[in-house]
Amino acid sequence: MAALDELTRPAGDDDHVGGVPARLVASPASTEEAAALVAAAQGLSVVVRGGGTKIHWGPPPRSLDLIIDTRRLSGVVEHAAGDLITVVGAGTPLGDLALGDQQLAIDFHPGATVGGVVATGASGPRRLHYGTARDLLIGITVVRPDGVVARSGGKVVKNVAGYDLGKLYTGSYGTLGLITECVFRLHPRPAASAYVRSTAPAQAVSAILAAQVAPTAIEIDTATGELAVLLEGTASGVRERAALIEKLLAGEVSETAPGWWGRDPWAPDEIGLKLSVPLSKVPALVDSGSALRGSAGTGVLYAAARDITEVERLRALCVRSGGHAVVLTAPAEVRDILDMWGPVPGLAVMRRIKEQFDPGYRFAPGRFVGGI
Amino acid sequence: MADIDALALALRAELGPEQVVTDRQTLRTYECDGLAHYKVIPALVVLPHTAAQVATVVKACAAAGVPFVARGSGTGLSGGALPHAEGVLIVTAQMRRIVEIAPADERAVVEPGVINLQVTRAATPHGYYYAPDPSSQQICSIGGNVAENSGGAHCLKYGFTTNHVTGLQIVTPDGDLVRLGGRALDPPGYDLIGAFVGSEGTLGVATEVTVRLTRLPESVRTLLAAFTSIDAAGAATSAIIAAGVVPAAIEMMDALAIEAAEAAVACGYPPGAAAVLVVELDGPSAEVEAQFEQVTALCTKEGAFEIRIAADEAERALFWKGRKSAFAAVGRISPDYIVQDGVIPRTALPEVLRRISEVADSHGVRVANVFHAGDGNLHPLVLFDARVEGEAERAETVSGAIIDLCIEYGGSITGEHGVGMDKAKYMPRMFGDDDLDTMQLVRCAFDPDHLSNPGKVFPTPRLCGERPGSNLAERFPGVEVF
Repeated sequence: MAALDELTRPAGDDDHVGGVPARLVASPASTEEAAALVAAAQGLSVVVRGGGTKIHWGPPPRSLDLIIDTRRLSGVVEHAAGDLITVVGAGTPLGDLALGDQQLAIDFHPGATVGGVVATGASGPRRLHYGTARDLLIGITVVRPDGVVARSGGKVVKNVAGYDLGKLYTGSYGTLGLITECVFRLHPRPAASAYVRSTAPAQAVSAILAAQVAPTAIEIDTATGELAVLLEGTASGVRERAALIEKLLAGEVSETAPGWWGRDPWAPDEIGLKLSVPLSKVPALVDSGSALRGSAGTGVLYAAARDITEVERLRALCVRSGGHAVVLTAPAEVRDILDMWGPVPGLAVMRRIKEQFDPGYRFAPGRFVGGI
Repeated sequence: MADIDALALALRAELGPEQVVTDRQTLRTYECDGLAHYKVIPALVVLPHTAAQVATVVKACAAAGVPFVARGSGTGLSGGALPHAEGVLIVTAQMRRIVEIAPADERAVVEPGVINLQVTRAATPHGYYYAPDPSSQQICSIGGNVAENSGGAHCLKYGFTTNHVTGLQIVTPDGDLVRLGGRALDPPGYDLIGAFVGSEGTLGVATEVTVRLTRLPESVRTLLAAFTSIDAAGAATSAIIAAGVVPAAIEMMDALAIEAAEAAVACGYPPGAAAVLVVELDGPSAEVEAQFEQVTALCTKEGAFEIRIAADEAERALFWKGRKSAFAAVGRISPDYIVQDGVIPRTALPEVLRRISEVADSHGVRVANVFHAGDGNLHPLVLFDARVEGEAERAETVSGAIIDLCIEYGGSITGEHGVGMDKAKYMPRMFGDDDLDTMQLVRCAFDPDHLSNPGKVFPTPRLCGERPGSNLAERFPGVEVF
């Protein structure tokens, strides 16, 4: 086994996570290299980093020795167009995927990698129609914290053989090991698309859904007071459906998305939350006075909170409605006194899973729910 | 059996005598699920009415170290609900209350014994339905669907059970009632719902399920296309996908399957067809009409000699009747048969079907092919006559060879029927030791004593080592553990 110092380099000034500096950085270029690295790093605390677009999400690690940079685990390993699947390295930037007339239908922050989107379970407007990473991921290769390489799922969409580890790793914030390769189901790129922009209230969402036009996204933004709908399909079909929604909302058809579409509503040094409520509670949440933006058609919205009081008010509102409010990002002084994750049902089982996969609590220690 | 007798006594007192079955004759009626050649008489059957009763039963099993197996309607095709001879069979069929249809939340909350189709029936008046539609949807239960991650003909477009469950109440193998998720999406923490759905009863028992309801499509169009060769039907399937169309379903049947369906339900498919495709599109009328024309043209271009377009709901039902009754229909042309379930990349379809036919011929066995062509999910029906010596063995050989072909072409040993008892032996051909070991870490987290449906899915159980406890505080003294 190669010694750790042959596989790593000393960390630089930018190699910190939430203000906690790392000692070492490594950039493995294959699953095998990654496995050798993790095996050699036993005893070290590790945070996995992709494009770094969401590295500030979640609490800082309790300790940090090694950052594993995934960006050399990149590239499309396979694109089987006829089978509508692709196999990609976890460090591949989503923006670099060139899949011809097909697409991996996941919205992402500019610069984000495949592994980062999967590890955080991040999603955007189009989740209404396509689902999220958990729905599109059909196979995964990981390096466990003990250095063992494991795969689950496969390269076919329909597959129920064995446990679906991909679901468990999606949204696990790097606490169960390193994701090195992902297999996704793809969708055809739509021939045409159109947005309908309006100032209709959130209450209009149920009318949009009742219209049976199969929207790809329904987004709301309280700052501009806008409600916008994305429609995709054939040129003539989109024209007809967009016209119907235009009339329904007294809106306006537009070829381009509103400027706020799919963007986080907070500035870099503000408190950013992800809120989730049952669909029927969306209007009440939107009317509650906070600055919100997001998927009014699925009940997953984002908020910029002014202070901890507002976080608590929003969290109470969401939890009372049967939902959740997670603080994704916050300035250090706020983060340190805030429970970022909020109440987590099923935490006891989650702890047992963590202890099976990472008994030393070395991967992203303290970054996840309940101090996991 | 002292443990079981004591358990029966205790559970009688807790649940009431009519909910605990010990009579040998009645126990025998539970000896198998839909895969009838595996038979095990359970030591005890319980029929709980509530989640609390399920928890009571599981807790009692855990305390006594007695294994338990959950069973819904018993329609599974991999022996997943096969009882344990020294264990308790927990039958959820009495838990069939639809707790709530909540169209404003696009959710339904149901007990595990609720029949799949009942959810759709209850939701339809509100303009919604439940999308996963296994062929057995008139009798299979939602609890069983959750265990098996059931699919159906329409999962090409709409996904599987796992894409439609947003909340679960489960009883963990130590008897705790735990709620996961709910009506809202993306609950914080590990995706335990994702881990649980499709775990085939090995991580506990689902006692309540919250599912997505899907808006009824404005338009549904269905066609039946007949081809003179399997290859042409396969080429048409590929052409439809390549054109960027995502049909709700593309189903294929070969000549032998058509013959069986004709004999059983007189579905009136075009005579002389070597293969038929049933293609269904759904969605907004403005999209469906244009794409339907495109699909029709592609079928013609790939050599369909007859295309029928369903004029109304009755004709659509007839197209589907032939397809959905195909399994049972095979009984008309063969006294016995094995239903296989494997997956291949859809582009390999013509090649794999040729190889299946070669294998079948070389063993003198007939194979009827029925499958979800759109997603490469094959259901070859391997025909045999158990009264003829050697036929059952030959059929078993061919059935196993088909699974080997699925693996060789980079597919899966099961697309929707599950691993269960039947396919645990194939798991090491699809996954390495480390893969299986890693999956079983999840098992160890939920069920370190292997009491929940033991012997299923994994050929070799993993030793879970020292029992994990919540020792975070010990490991990190001074760190707040909230």
